[in-house]
Amino acid sequence: MKEIRALLFDPIVKNNPIALQILGICSALAVTVKMDVTMIMCIALTSVVTLSNFFISIIRLYIPDSIRIIVQMTIISSLVIMVDEILKAYAYEASKELSVFVGLIITNCIVMGRAEAFAMKNPPLKSLIDGFGNGLGYSFILIIVATIREVFGSGTFFGVQVMPDFYPTNNFLLLPPSSFIIIGLMIWVIRSFDDEQVDENEFPLKAHTYKPLTAKKEVIDG
Amino acid sequence: MADLLSLFVRTVFIENIALSLFLGMCTFFAISKEVKAAFGLGIAVVVVLAITVPLNNIIYTYVLKEGALSWAGLENTNLEFVELITYIGVIAAAVQILEMFLDKYVPVLYNQLGIFLPLITVNCAILGASLIMVEKNYNFIESVTYGLGAGFGWALAIVLLAGIREKLKYSDLPKGLRGLGGTFIIVGLMSFGFMSFGGIIL
Repeated sequence: MKEIRALLFDPIVKNNPIALQILGICSALAVTVKMDVTMIMCIALTSVVTLSNFFISIIRLYIPDSIRIIVQMTIISSLVIMVDEILKAYAYEASKELSVFVGLIITNCIVMGRAEAFAMKNPPLKSLIDGFGNGLGYSFILIIVATIREVFGSGTFFGVQVMPDFYPTNNFLLLPPSSFIIIGLMIWVIRSFDDEQVDENEFPLKAHTYKPLTAKKEVIDG
Repeated sequence: MADLLSLFVRTVFIENIALSLFLGMCTFFAISKEVKAAFGLGIAVVVVLAITVPLNNIIYTYVLKEGALSWAGLENTNLEFVELITYIGVIAAAVQILEMFLDKYVPVLYNQLGIFLPLITVNCAILGASLIMVEKNYNFIESVTYGLGAGFGWALAIVLLAGIREKLKYSDLPKGLRGLGGTFIIVGLMSFGFMSFGGIIL
């Protein structure tokens, strides 16, 4: 039970795929301008990573080592094609807005990374939970970024106005590069609470070697 | 000709694949600690993009597009739903062949690119460029230009970032911003810089 909880919740803050493992950043930036699009992206990615982990783990003992990447790719791309077709059928507007980013779930490193690092070595049920947890970790960052950008950028939340009328739209947050800066600041916050995640300093500043002179200066009289 | 040149310049600067479309970010952050490694990866991406984008363009026009199979007597087939799996297959195969070719005939370059080549298969810049090429409906010549331009733009961006990070490691950043956090903010600022190309009309 404890192990399952760790699998599920560790990836959210402690071992976050975006903030610590540097996986799956691409889509985190481009799809976070509006909450509804972001939610669809999160659901799509979470379902793909959960299912791909599950299926890869089921056949993990039968995959020859030398062609495992291709096998994993085939499973992942089939799942992504399914998601893409479902989105085109039931959420056409959103699928237009996400454009190439649904297809890019295939090369999203979270999916490949978890398949390679976890699903190839663990039984199906555990892999399923691990995939779901990592999906949640990804969604956690995306939802926070999207909330900040939509509420403070255009003053709405899920398209409903939340800011008072006099609030002007903040173009800085509506531009895509702002999500880099928001994620950077979030990493700062996470790492100031969790010292383990801090990168070590390769070139630390040395302590000051200057010592105050103990001998008093001679006063030179004119 | 002027059209192609303007497409090239637009792809490198205005629609830079790394800094304005945010593709290939994972490798962009992971391999940008040193200029030398970044340069090697950049060249590998240029080569792979210049091969795979035109290749996928041919496959799209003659096999996958709606009515594309009319040369084989199948007028009403539309294979667009297998688009993704085909492209990723083509990319994986092309990278594999390129690796074997370089190993045999250009060992110097092979040793330099080393581990980067297989990594490129899962770089979203490669798949993304093919998908964008299809979305914008480029013809064959345009797709060659687009592939080259996209690769060049990505290489330019990663070398610039690596240059900044090489200098940055001597500076005294706050504890939590060291490494990944600071890099994110720098890339954000670089990306804002590249947005200033946006108003240019060619």
